[in-house]
Amino acid sequence: MSKSYSNAIDLIYNKRFRSIFFQITLLISVILFFLWVANNANSNLTARGDSFGFGFLNNTAGFQILPTLGTWVVSYDVGKSTYFDVFLIGIINTFIIAITGIIATTIIGFSIGIFRLSNNIILKGFATIYIEMFRNLPLLLHLFFWYFAVLRVLPGKREKVNLLGESFGINITGLYGPRPIFNEGWEFIALGILFSIILVIIFSRYAKRIHQQTGYKYPTFWISSGIIILIPCSICLIYSLLYNLPIEIQYPEFKTDGPKLKRGYAQGIGMMMPPEMLALWMALVLYTASFIAEIVRAGILAIHKGQTEASYAVGLGRGETLRLVVIPQALRVIVPPLTSQYLNLTKNSSLAVAIAYPELVSIFAGTALNQVGQEIEIIFMMAMVYLTFSLLTSLFMNWFNSRIKLVER
Amino acid sequence: MRNNNYKFVQKEVIAQQPPPLSQAGVTGWLWKNLFSSMSNFSSISAALQSIIMIILTFVLLYFCGGQLYSLIDFALISAVWSDPEVLKRGSCTTVDQGGSLPSGWSGACWPFIFAKKKLLIYGRYPAEELWRVNLVYLTLFLGIGYTLFEGAKGRQWTGLAMLTIFPLFALILLTGANFNISWSTNLLLLGLSILFIFFGELTRRNFLGNIISELTSLFYICGVTLFLIFIAALLLSIDYGLSYVETSDWGGLLVTLVVAITGIVASLPLGIILALGRRSNMPIARTISTIFIEFWRGIPLITVLFASSVLLPLFLPDGVDFNKLLRALIGVMLFSAAYMAEVVRGGLQAMPRGQFEGASAVGLSYFQSMRLIILPQALTHVIPGIVNTFIGLFKDTTLVLIIGLFDLLGQAQSTIADAYWSSPAQAPTAYLTVGIMFFVFCFGMSRYSMFMERKLSRGHK
Amino acid sequence: MTKEEEKEIDQSKMTISEEVVIKVEQMNKWFGHFHVLRDINLTVNKGERIVICGPSGSGKSTLIRCINRLEEHQKGLIEVNGVELNDDVKKIDKIRSEVGMVFQSFNLFPHLSALENCSLAPIWVRKMPKKEADDLAMKYLEIVKIPEQALKYPGQLSGGQQQRVAIARALCMEPKIMLFDEPTSALDPEMIKEVLDTMIDLAQGGMTMLVVTHEMGFARKVANRVIFMDEGQIVEQNNPNDFFNNPQSDRTKLFLSQILDH
Ligand SMILES: Nc1ncnc2c1ncn2[C@@H]1O[C@H](COP(=O)(O)OP(=O)(O)OP(=O)(O)O)[C@@H](O)[C@H]1O
Ligand SMILES: [Mg+2]
Repeated sequence: MSKSYSNAIDLIYNKRFRSIFFQITLLISVILFFLWVANNANSNLTARGDSFGFGFLNNTAGFQILPTLGTWVVSYDVGKSTYFDVFLIGIINTFIIAITGIIATTIIGFSIGIFRLSNNIILKGFATIYIEMFRNLPLLLHLFFWYFAVLRVLPGKREKVNLLGESFGINITGLYGPRPIFNEGWEFIALGILFSIILVIIFSRYAKRIHQQTGYKYPTFWISSGIIILIPCSICLIYSLLYNLPIEIQYPEFKTDGPKLKRGYAQGIGMMMPPEMLALWMALVLYTASFIAEIVRAGILAIHKGQTEASYAVGLGRGETLRLVVIPQALRVIVPPLTSQYLNLTKNSSLAVAIAYPELVSIFAGTALNQVGQEIEIIFMMAMVYLTFSLLTSLFMNWFNSRIKLVER
Repeated sequence: MRNNNYKFVQKEVIAQQPPPLSQAGVTGWLWKNLFSSMSNFSSISAALQSIIMIILTFVLLYFCGGQLYSLIDFALISAVWSDPEVLKRGSCTTVDQGGSLPSGWSGACWPFIFAKKKLLIYGRYPAEELWRVNLVYLTLFLGIGYTLFEGAKGRQWTGLAMLTIFPLFALILLTGANFNISWSTNLLLLGLSILFIFFGELTRRNFLGNIISELTSLFYICGVTLFLIFIAALLLSIDYGLSYVETSDWGGLLVTLVVAITGIVASLPLGIILALGRRSNMPIARTISTIFIEFWRGIPLITVLFASSVLLPLFLPDGVDFNKLLRALIGVMLFSAAYMAEVVRGGLQAMPRGQFEGASAVGLSYFQSMRLIILPQALTHVIPGIVNTFIGLFKDTTLVLIIGLFDLLGQAQSTIADAYWSSPAQAPTAYLTVGIMFFVFCFGMSRYSMFMERKLSRGHK
Repeated sequence: MTKEEEKEIDQSKMTISEEVVIKVEQMNKWFGHFHVLRDINLTVNKGERIVICGPSGSGKSTLIRCINRLEEHQKGLIEVNGVELNDDVKKIDKIRSEVGMVFQSFNLFPHLSALENCSLAPIWVRKMPKKEADDLAMKYLEIVKIPEQALKYPGQLSGGQQQRVAIARALCMEPKIMLFDEPTSALDPEMIKEVLDTMIDLAQGGMTMLVVTHEMGFARKVANRVIFMDEGQIVEQNNPNDFFNNPQSDRTKLFLSQILDH
């Protein structure tokens, strides 16, 4: 080892060489690994007489799918619709569970998180028990509990249990409720709603400007609600006086007489939520809410007590303190983990496969995969859908974080 | 300054007095924790709030109390505890359902669980070999208990042994070992490991030039790892006289623990490597780690399990096949490694810059500074995060039932199908049992993680 | 030249009127079983500048926090501007908007700029147009001598600047009484001077002030009376001169010897 040799090599060069060498080795091994896998897959497929390709998506699917929003949207028809339609149904059904679930779990989670901080021992105790009980049990157990232990023991097809009076009812075939029927002229109502939303936006801008200019504060909430309710209602009233009712509410129909086999809920009338969906929805919403409650609690606790005290000290009331001081600060802490809970809920909806609610994993990776093989393509497409969801979520999170970051020294 | 009438000197000290009733004792407590939130009627909004509080309190009291009571009633008061006449379903059904209990009865059917006890804990593991599982359970709980016990002597070593020797020990006992590992494989492993260590030694003494000498640690790490694998392979190929038990016969709590513990133990080293990769300043290494981590975190575990059960056989050369459990384990491992990587990364990020600078200032190489300075601190710091990941994984093991493995929940689900015990109480009882078991594990671990969190944050100040 | 002479103070200009603005009678407060404030009696006239001192944990903060009901008292009476403090939310909001408070840890709202911190309450409580509220906030930021920091966020300001924004924020509600809870004890020496100068200006403007502080120089110069508290009780009250030169109670003597020693 000559000294001059080691001196000749600059340390930086040395380090850089090492890192480039290491990275190239890494890259080559990863590529080799993938080539090896591809090669294996290829020979395995040939041995089986299969080939890689997405052509199967145009083949017609020959299996029944539980009637849900997805089947309704793509108007699924056994023997006519393709596997691509099945894929779409899966996405739509995942989406509907995710959206409605997120709304409900947010409401429940926030309430329970706030209860947890209350100085009322009953509310606090309830929230604590709820949180500990729900988040320490596996989601699948929740799901099985709702599906097999609650919904399966409901009264049979020919009976029902009323919820909220006569308009909602539940039995083993699902949850039934009223649904709107759009008659001729419903477009006017839709336009009316759109119009009143625009009006509300214009009004709240105006109210804000007036507040800034004169300090006068309109009761924005009440006026906006008034606009939203009154305009569509009056259009509806006028239209129905002139012509016919543009929107009707159709109640589910429950027959208690007539031939024995025809008794029970009439299919296709009113809105129906199949028990699979109901169980999945309940499990996802209640489970996720326990995590959201903890996030909300931590977010509110993260705000120093001095903040509310300072706000009270300048004379702001409780509501204004909450709205102007606490919530804007708490949101910074709450929103990032909250979005990842939303993403979790979406991903967890894949548990539907355990009770055969037809969402993406269940019908596409389950039923469709069993019928056509093509594992690689199907699992690839499925993974892509979920990866898109999470990509969108993290884009939102980055945008939010950069927008709302507190200015630090 | 005219007015000087405030001049005042206290003559005698006022002693502490007991607080008024509204502040102390049971009434004070009740006032503070219950009534103060619903007794302010001084303005419209305050009154509204008080009224809402009153209504909520009563609704919750009624609802929660009712639910709690019916749960206790179901599980304890009305429950059937024994089945002396071996009626099976007859002991847990009402008269109209063909049993012996008064109609309208509803309660837990514990004899059903007692009858299925073995299935829930061991699955279909052969009855005469249960001592092997019991021994593993016992070692596991003693080992973990000892490691967690504050102030026990040598707890780090116990912990290390639980991470390294115990899995091997459990594998030998549970499967029966006597694997068919060829001598050539063993020799290859041994040869390679000796070669690596030899290279490490050469570079340490600077025989191979400066550039290569930076790789000393890498050589050593590879060499030692290969040597350990060699030892493990050797131990696994010995015939201990234990009969072989198929993994398809494992079930219940056994599968749950095997999947969760393997997942967490294996994901730790992988997660550390990924986290270091994601934090490194080598762009290719960083990109690969990031893509890996975000890919696994972006897809649901079910997809992973599906993929590992249907894709793994396709991706491996013809003739190489893993059993179902191993496939699931590989999926779970990769999946939790991604989560673990993020936890470890959090710990690395929380390390003050000074630690990195200090480590390189005293002349430690990258591997040395990571091993001796950074990782020990970062990992201690993220123990709560690791425990939380473990809780998540523990709950998620239930998903393996979807690819046909029988974990605790899967086993319970299969016992529900037993027609000899079919009764309305069957499913609720089974779920209650599984629920209690999961709750005890997860709640206990979450308390431990909170305890560690508090302890660590105290140590920080 | 010592600090004392830097700012000329004319005590005779700071008039004290007969009008009583705060009346505390036989007030007691407990935290659980702990008797924090015991039989407090205190009458404050308009224009008075009162310094409260005492050992740590003696209840100074608790006393002034009771005056704008950040803490509730359990026995006795507190009247501010002739309004008695009780559960009535409306009254309390009104009192709080008439009593300004400055905290030891500033408690500025980190998500709002200095200007918005100041104009928040005028806009939402006084229902002032935004433009007017901004002008008002600017006026008080000038009074505390940091108009150039108006658009910065609290995170970007030094401690002394933050505390002056906090004073401006309280002043924007044009309060009749100002409460200060150790406003300088979280600050470095040169910042302490900035804040004390601001407070001296306020005193010369005729503000009624209750100040918890250990700055004895400030007490001698500005206060018209000093209150010494120990174990939740008012032990001694006197004008600064007599209080410092001729303390009566043993506990006061002990306390003074401790803080004046070093
Ligand atoms: N929210 C609370 N709950 C229970 N005890 C409290 C609370 N706030 C204060 N105390 C106790 O009341 C006593 C008086 O507190 P206070 O803050 O008024 O003291 P202080 O005179 O301001 O002291 P310092 O000079 O340290 O600020 C202390 O013993 C404190 O521990
Ligand atoms: Mg204090």
